[in-house]
Amino acid sequence: MNSGTPSSSAGAPGSAESAAPRRNSKRPKYSRFTQQELPACKPILTPKWVISAFLLVSVVFIPIGVVSLFASRDVVEIIDRYETECIPLDSRNNKTGFMWSNADKTCNRIITVTKHMKQPIYVYYQLDNFYQNHRRYVKSRSDQQLRNPGNERDISTCSPEDTTPEGLPIVPCGLIAWSMFNDTYSLSRNNQQLGINKRGISWQSDRDRKFGKGVFPKNFQNGTAPGGAKLNESIPLSEQEDLIVWMRTAALPTFRKLYGKIEVDLQAGDVINVTLQNNYNTYNFNGKKKLVLSTTSWLGGKNDFMGIAYLTVGGLCFCLAMGFMLIYLIKPRQLGDPSYLSWNRNPGGH
Amino acid sequence: MMDPNSISEINENPYITKNPSSQRSISSVQSIQTTSSTELGGPKPLRYGSVGPDSMRLSTSYRDINEEEARLVYVNDPHRTNSSFQFAGNSIKTSKYSILTFLPRNLFEQFRRIAYLYFLVIAILNQLPQLAVFGRGASILPLAFVLLVTAVKDLYEDYRRHRSDKIENNHLSMVLSSESSNNFQSKKWKHIRVGDIIKVSENESIPCDMVLLSTSDPTGVAYIQTTNLDGESNLKTRYAKQETQTRNLENGDIGVIVIKCEKPNRNIYGFQANMDFEGKRVSLGPSNIVLRGCELRNTKSAIGVAVYTGKETKAMLNNSGAPSKRSRLETRMNREIIYLSIFLVTLCTVVCISHGVWLIKHKDELDLIQFYRKKDYSGSEVENYEYYGWGMEIFFVFLMSVIVFQVMIPISLYISMELVRVGQAYFMIQDDRMFDEATNSRFQCRALNINEDLGQIKYVFSDKTGTLTENKMEFQCASIGGVDYDNGKASCEDGGIEYSSVQVDGVTLRPKMSVKVDIELLNLSKTKDTDEGKHVRDFFLALATCNTIVPLTIESSDPAVKLIEYQGESPDEQALVYAAASYGFMLIERTSGHIVVDIQGERQRFNVLGMHEFDSDRKRMSVILGLPDNTVKLYVKGADTSMFNVLNNSSNTTNKNLTKPTQAHLHSYSSKGLRTLVIAARELTLSEFQHWQSSYESANNALMGRSNLLRKIAISIENNLGLLGASGIEDKLQEGVPEAIESLRTAGIKVWVLTGDKQETAVSIGYSSKLLTNEMTRIVINNNSKDSCKRSLEDALGVCKKVKNGVSGTINSQLALIIDGSSLVYVLDTELEEQLFELASKCDVVLCCRVAPLQKAGIVALIKKRTDDMTLAIGDGANDVSMIQRADVGIGISGQEGRQAVMASDFAMGQFRFLVPLLLVHGHWNYQRMSYMILYNFYRNAVFVLILFWYVLFTGFTLTTAITDWSSMLYSIIYTSLPTIVVGILDKDLSRATLLKHPQLYGAGQRNESYNGKLFWVTIFDTLWQSIAVFFVPLVAYWASNVDGSSLGDLWTIAVVVLVNVHLAMDLFRWYWITHAAIWGSIIATFVCVMVIDALPFLPGYWAFFHIADTKLFWMCLLGITIGALIPHFVVKIFVQYYKPNDIQIAREAEKFQDSRVSRQVQIEMNPIS
Repeated sequence: MNSGTPSSSAGAPGSAESAAPRRNSKRPKYSRFTQQELPACKPILTPKWVISAFLLVSVVFIPIGVVSLFASRDVVEIIDRYETECIPLDSRNNKTGFMWSNADKTCNRIITVTKHMKQPIYVYYQLDNFYQNHRRYVKSRSDQQLRNPGNERDISTCSPEDTTPEGLPIVPCGLIAWSMFNDTYSLSRNNQQLGINKRGISWQSDRDRKFGKGVFPKNFQNGTAPGGAKLNESIPLSEQEDLIVWMRTAALPTFRKLYGKIEVDLQAGDVINVTLQNNYNTYNFNGKKKLVLSTTSWLGGKNDFMGIAYLTVGGLCFCLAMGFMLIYLIKPRQLGDPSYLSWNRNPGGH
Repeated sequence: MMDPNSISEINENPYITKNPSSQRSISSVQSIQTTSSTELGGPKPLRYGSVGPDSMRLSTSYRDINEEEARLVYVNDPHRTNSSFQFAGNSIKTSKYSILTFLPRNLFEQFRRIAYLYFLVIAILNQLPQLAVFGRGASILPLAFVLLVTAVKDLYEDYRRHRSDKIENNHLSMVLSSESSNNFQSKKWKHIRVGDIIKVSENESIPCDMVLLSTSDPTGVAYIQTTNLDGESNLKTRYAKQETQTRNLENGDIGVIVIKCEKPNRNIYGFQANMDFEGKRVSLGPSNIVLRGCELRNTKSAIGVAVYTGKETKAMLNNSGAPSKRSRLETRMNREIIYLSIFLVTLCTVVCISHGVWLIKHKDELDLIQFYRKKDYSGSEVENYEYYGWGMEIFFVFLMSVIVFQVMIPISLYISMELVRVGQAYFMIQDDRMFDEATNSRFQCRALNINEDLGQIKYVFSDKTGTLTENKMEFQCASIGGVDYDNGKASCEDGGIEYSSVQVDGVTLRPKMSVKVDIELLNLSKTKDTDEGKHVRDFFLALATCNTIVPLTIESSDPAVKLIEYQGESPDEQALVYAAASYGFMLIERTSGHIVVDIQGERQRFNVLGMHEFDSDRKRMSVILGLPDNTVKLYVKGADTSMFNVLNNSSNTTNKNLTKPTQAHLHSYSSKGLRTLVIAARELTLSEFQHWQSSYESANNALMGRSNLLRKIAISIENNLGLLGASGIEDKLQEGVPEAIESLRTAGIKVWVLTGDKQETAVSIGYSSKLLTNEMTRIVINNNSKDSCKRSLEDALGVCKKVKNGVSGTINSQLALIIDGSSLVYVLDTELEEQLFELASKCDVVLCCRVAPLQKAGIVALIKKRTDDMTLAIGDGANDVSMIQRADVGIGISGQEGRQAVMASDFAMGQFRFLVPLLLVHGHWNYQRMSYMILYNFYRNAVFVLILFWYVLFTGFTLTTAITDWSSMLYSIIYTSLPTIVVGILDKDLSRATLLKHPQLYGAGQRNESYNGKLFWVTIFDTLWQSIAVFFVPLVAYWASNVDGSSLGDLWTIAVVVLVNVHLAMDLFRWYWITHAAIWGSIIATFVCVMVIDALPFLPGYWAFFHIADTKLFWMCLLGITIGALIPHFVVKIFVQYYKPNDIQIAREAEKFQDSRVSRQVQIEMNPIS
């Protein structure tokens, strides 16, 4: 009867079991990481820190603001808005009709230089109210086609300017290229031609890698509705700098594009005659056209905004620093004083 | 003469009360009961189903099984068994996917999440040519990324399951080959079929659920360990039926046996079947089946027949996943998500209406405007080019704006939250301070989505036994023959070892644990001649024999000494047997037929003539022993209520004299928090015994209502007993419980104790655990009717008001409510609930005693229904399961009582005191981190969307994005995701030491300080300002300049990324090197990504970044934006921190400055010495 009693046979497994937990204890391995005790910096906004931070910002921002403001003020900028003036008086009721007609679009403008302008002087055209960032518009291009002569038929994104009615691919295709700006300016001072250098107005990177050297315009602007400039079919796209500039679509509806550079100084009081071809039709959407002559500074063109903004922020921070300093002096609080803890403030309160 | 099946339910748990709502007046001394613990009962009131409500139902009906619900198993004829039914094979498959099904099934599972569907719909919309806002690749990138990450995770998990399945399926077992030579051959588990006869050797795992046919033990006993199944490490006994046990199965001498059993089900404690065996029908119960996953112990071998295999085994049917709950924060967050959706729709509406107005205003000019060109002249006919009338255009613009602004709903937040929770769980699991040495168990996170709820708990509902207490019973004192022997007053260390070892075959046997002994009692137990001595000896003999404990010998370090470990399911019984052993009554051997007890060096053998299992009706168990002097004695032990009724109340003087003092002792024991049992005995006359034996045997062979008959027989013999005495067992408080409770209460958490114990015990534990203090006003509600309940509640409310108003200002105004289960019967689910809630919410402490498992859940529901406060339930037993599942957060203690509580819980840990670090430290951190992360993610995505929106206003409302497609998609994947995840996992507002020192800081979570509507709106306004700063500074700076869209887009991209990362950096509490790496790394990664994107010549923005980064204006814009955008946030932050500092802020300052102050002081003190 005794053979299978538990007491006689249980020894071995029992002891193995009691030994097992000690060998493979599941205690988590201690490390500062697992116990969340990594060394850490715990910054606290003490009054000293806060005031120094504000002062630091004002010390940095105010000088930058002043310098930028001066830089912006140094820039000489002449803007001539011409889109209305360049329509003959009798056609001003029907500007679009005039633009569609074959009438001579030549227009003369006179600009007076107000201040000495050091070369290089940049010649821009500025369009207002022209949505070069319109979604229909920005997508209507084929970067493959522009780069590579083999991708001529890569025009799926280009409609409605993808093919001619005969089905031949347009190079460069798309609305952007089609709508290229085609007013031209020629400047003269004292009846002497002012040369406008149109080389190097586009990005080097675009010329080198984005617009192919072997890609030539084809079937361009042959349709019933020419949108803008025509291109010389014997010049590769990589050298069509006006096109390259135009194809860098502007970010905002009011934008300038570089037309060329004048590489002589202009004196204050100089009178400049501008002969322009008013070819580009912006009348159907009340777009403004402006000719801009401008020098640059280290900050770019004439724009006071950055200077004012920096001065404002710097000044505000200075005021805040002073304000906080006052507050800290008037109503100081001992940091980390346990008597401020809510359960110490009203003992026994619930 | 002895049917081994008579003790088939040997492992019945002795301490199970019936529904405690049975009406009883607690207050009277007459009704003192044993500390029967309802905790042990609960949803599985019976382990082996012979006497519980389940089996009562079964036993009253015919124990036959419905024909259509039955499964027929032809033993040793798997062919025939499987021919008519398609039973599952024994191969298991826990893996979800195969190579072929992985892709479709995984995708299907993933897309059941609503967030992913949103992604998908947006991506599909974007594929329509009219709506193609983003490039094809870019638009599906986020979705693909998320799907990929999840798929890889699933794949890895499934791979591991595949591997473990393979190992499992290729285990070998000995199977009797029916076809050939009738001997046992090894067979892979996956080839085992229903009907196969399997032989399992010692320490082997059971391959499938099988009915025992025979074991190496002549009485047919097999011991199994069910650790894998329910976590209980005690050995359990299983029996082979005598009919089959006697067969020589090894040789294939089987004959025709047909087992008819119930369909596979998941009840691991129930089984019923009939075995037709040579024309005889034998009924089989849960004690005849061994389940897959168990291990055979202490038995050389066992032979059984497979009845359930593979996925139909009970172990596999019980394989269910963790419960899924949703965190409070996430629920709150949904409201803000709705606001954001409204905001999104508003933005889209503004865009589409403006677009419509623009179209109508320019309708005459659209044909030829260079940038619109409505007409397409390229074909032979002039057609409209992508223009579908202004109505459709508006509609399309609306859809497109939804696509463009899609990240307004921060889908990435859901993924980040999951990642963060995994990280938080990692740190909780790894926490050294939540590791339990005793059970070698780490903290477990079973639910992964409610980490942050731990920081908002307002109510803790705690079980008592095994949760507050260790559930390691220790024999403390005994009342024998009306004399109180208290170990405490006369304990002697040396005395404990004197008699506690025994020489057997040259080996010294010693109990594993020794109990302090009372010298007086020890000496008394050695005197055999006096009446008193006899009484004491009888008492200890009863302790040593009247139980279901199995002694096991264990090797110790000294080969000459072996330890005896007492294995059993009831810790109370274990304690009693250890106590008896310490007094020299050492249980050495137990088989089904006899018990060997070493009585003070003298070995005695007792025949076990009969045993009556514990059941919850009788609340006692008894054993009939044949003593060496040929007398037959009945020993009974049980709860006091049930025992005093069956004592011999006749004029017998000794009994009468004993009853009074014993009851007084019992009362004092239970008020000390001890669990009490009453022990009694009676000598049976021969005729009595024979009468009992015949009726017992007939009952035992009955097919119908067997357990009922057995109970009747037990009741008939258990009467006229002579009282031997009573025992007091201490259920020791767990380490650190009083401190933990104090911390929790200081933290503003209301701790309620819900226990099945009786009131005196519960109250005394309440005092020892510092839950109750002497300063408290106690309100006690014990009622037996609804009206009296109502009255008591009203009175109590009056007292409440008086205490709160009248004596306010004094500190004594704390209230404790003590209510019992029978009163709760009239309160829960009636209109009185409201009053109870009102009362309970005014009380600082609530103690509910004598509550049933379902009442525990009811009390949790009482609070949950009426407040928004978070509830947490913690318990260790099966009876806590309903409460754990009902509460917002359920915590299981992985302790002595099996694993049901752990299986149902969201978190599991080893000790009650771990609740303090869990809630006050991890909970606080998790809540604070997650709240900030949600707000930050709202801000981060909204600021980006607003920048896109502002730009749209300057593009003729046409949804052009200056920021490239790839950047918009990478924004929430690469540019800004990592820092918020790192911060969500690692940031700590306060150190562990501070949080533990000031538990009040926990209140931040209870008051929703880190995430609330006000903060949301503040964040949104901040967002609005910041987006304006980011967008309009470059806009004005570059207005009427020759900047191109790509360059300006790059500026916006960089600016917003720098801004949101610096914003995060400013809100951080702690800078680790990892945080530095993540934040600055993200900014650098953004620069790199933008450069890479701009270095692709086929994109329109080729080289734009390098051109604009070459200008000083770019860098000035960047600096100006970052500073300008953050000034309001910074100023508000300073003002709040300085003038309305919350506790956390002050504690942070104290942490930083007081430490340095203290260290400075130390230095000053040390200077003079050095």
